[in-house]
Amino acid sequence: MIKDPQARISQKKSWKDYYLFSLESPQVAIEAHPGQFLMVKVSDDHPYPLLRRPLSIHGRDKKILEIFFKVAGTGTALLAQKKVGESLDILGPLGKGFRLDESLKGKKLFAVGGGRGIAPLYFLAQELRSLGASTKIFYGGQTYEHLPLRGEFEKGGINTAYSTDDGSFGFKGFVTGLLEAELRKMVPDKIYACGPEAMLEKIAQISKKRNIPAEFSLESLMGCGFGACWGCVKRIKKGEKEGWLKVCEEGPVFSADEIIWPRGEEK
Amino acid sequence: MIPDLSADLGFLKLKNPIIAASGTFGYGLEFTPFIDLNLLGGIAIKGLHFSPKEGNPPPRLVETPAGLINAIGLQGIGVEEFAIKVLPELRKYNTAILVNVCGTSDEEYAAVVEYLSPKKGISAFELNISCPNVKKNGLCPALSPEATYTLIKLAKKNSGLPIIAKLSPNVTDIVEIARSAQEAGADGISLVNTFLAMAVDIQTRKPKLANVLGGLSGPAIKPIALRMVYQVASQVKIPVIGMGGIMSAQDALEFLIVGARAVQVGTANLVDPDATVRIIRELEEYCQKNGIEKIEEVVGTIKIDR
Repeated sequence: MIKDPQARISQKKSWKDYYLFSLESPQVAIEAHPGQFLMVKVSDDHPYPLLRRPLSIHGRDKKILEIFFKVAGTGTALLAQKKVGESLDILGPLGKGFRLDESLKGKKLFAVGGGRGIAPLYFLAQELRSLGASTKIFYGGQTYEHLPLRGEFEKGGINTAYSTDDGSFGFKGFVTGLLEAELRKMVPDKIYACGPEAMLEKIAQISKKRNIPAEFSLESLMGCGFGACWGCVKRIKKGEKEGWLKVCEEGPVFSADEIIWPRGEEK
Repeated sequence: MIPDLSADLGFLKLKNPIIAASGTFGYGLEFTPFIDLNLLGGIAIKGLHFSPKEGNPPPRLVETPAGLINAIGLQGIGVEEFAIKVLPELRKYNTAILVNVCGTSDEEYAAVVEYLSPKKGISAFELNISCPNVKKNGLCPALSPEATYTLIKLAKKNSGLPIIAKLSPNVTDIVEIARSAQEAGADGISLVNTFLAMAVDIQTRKPKLANVLGGLSGPAIKPIALRMVYQVASQVKIPVIGMGGIMSAQDALEFLIVGARAVQVGTANLVDPDATVRIIRELEEYCQKNGIEKIEEVVGTIKIDR
């Protein structure tokens, strides 16, 4: 975990509101693990937006880190304007990522990404492949245009199935519908997922019913990203202990059965 | 020439006037991957209750122009875990440790200072009588001169260490509250805590914080905080530690010039974990550039033409 104020943007790709940046940050890259994230400064010396933005690590290639994001507000809009050759001030790698080890060798795994929640799954699939596991990605978006990383997954030779809410590409319906259809054909050893909370809650139900272990990467508004402010908490139960746990430090990846989903009125 | 940055609070000498502010610096150890804690004037650790505290439900943060509203609700470990797990690590560093003390009753504050007073490594207590996120409508002892007086008096009686009263800016007359703190025997004053604030989602028409109200910090509050420190520093004899939106040495110097003997850096730590160290370096550069041998020379030197 370090601060790199000089992570140079070496490449930039964009599709409408979606951006994929390659950053040269050797020290952060070498430590990075799938599911971890960066805190990226979006404004240089202006006091607004004040806070850094948490962004998942999308990929790593030796000294290069990739981040994928969607313009969702003032902060990400400023970030999108950065040009190749400019540097970003980043903190990373932060948090605890997906739990990956040798025991996954030969295992069959599913990874589900909804919208911009696809961000950490490319890195995950790459690492799982090097561990000798086979991974199928389920990538869902509202329409064809909301699946900008199709080409990246194809190039990376990652087995990917797609869904769109309007049926403009792949399975018609939510990505959870696509997952359920696939589960009728085969049962994986584990399901990973990242995306909107409603999607994750549904996958938690689906995996519980079929007794498939699942790990989710949660999104949260963060003050610092390294455990100092306690602003990003979610309700988590570990064994008998339940409480507000910091997503940035204890997560962002949690086992599906550890997460206590908010009741209707809190959503 | 290396300028002398030390700050003298009377009851405590600091190697420089930069203290990390409570609530923005965790228990200190969170920052060791980024900075050398030995460089800091001091650390005000996250508020401690007697027992562990659960805090408020999320959302706990909302970003506003040049500011941050938080309603964490003082989630944290209690005194026992602090004494066993954190303090032994923290006291290895050569920096002043201010323990921020919280309570839901006067007796709880007293219990915290009584429990921690004999523990090795604590320089002083900072009595957090001003957190706006614990009771409804931001109520806290620092809103009343009487409640401030009673609480500090009791804490002093139970404490073996100096007591700094951290005051709330959410009052009509800050000088009156500061005087109460002084009369009750406070050794110093920390000013300001956050400003009671809120933000609304116009689509759902719900407050953006689950707690409805929260405390505003960051550059947005600096001019108001500075005004309050100016008003208080000229009216009390005990030292004032100034804070509110300090992001740079320029900001820190403004507080020192209006009379703060030391300052705390808060929200800036969340944005840049090395903010305190950068500000210390900038202060040194300022002294060198301006031929100032001792930073204390600038304290309270505000020039007002009348």
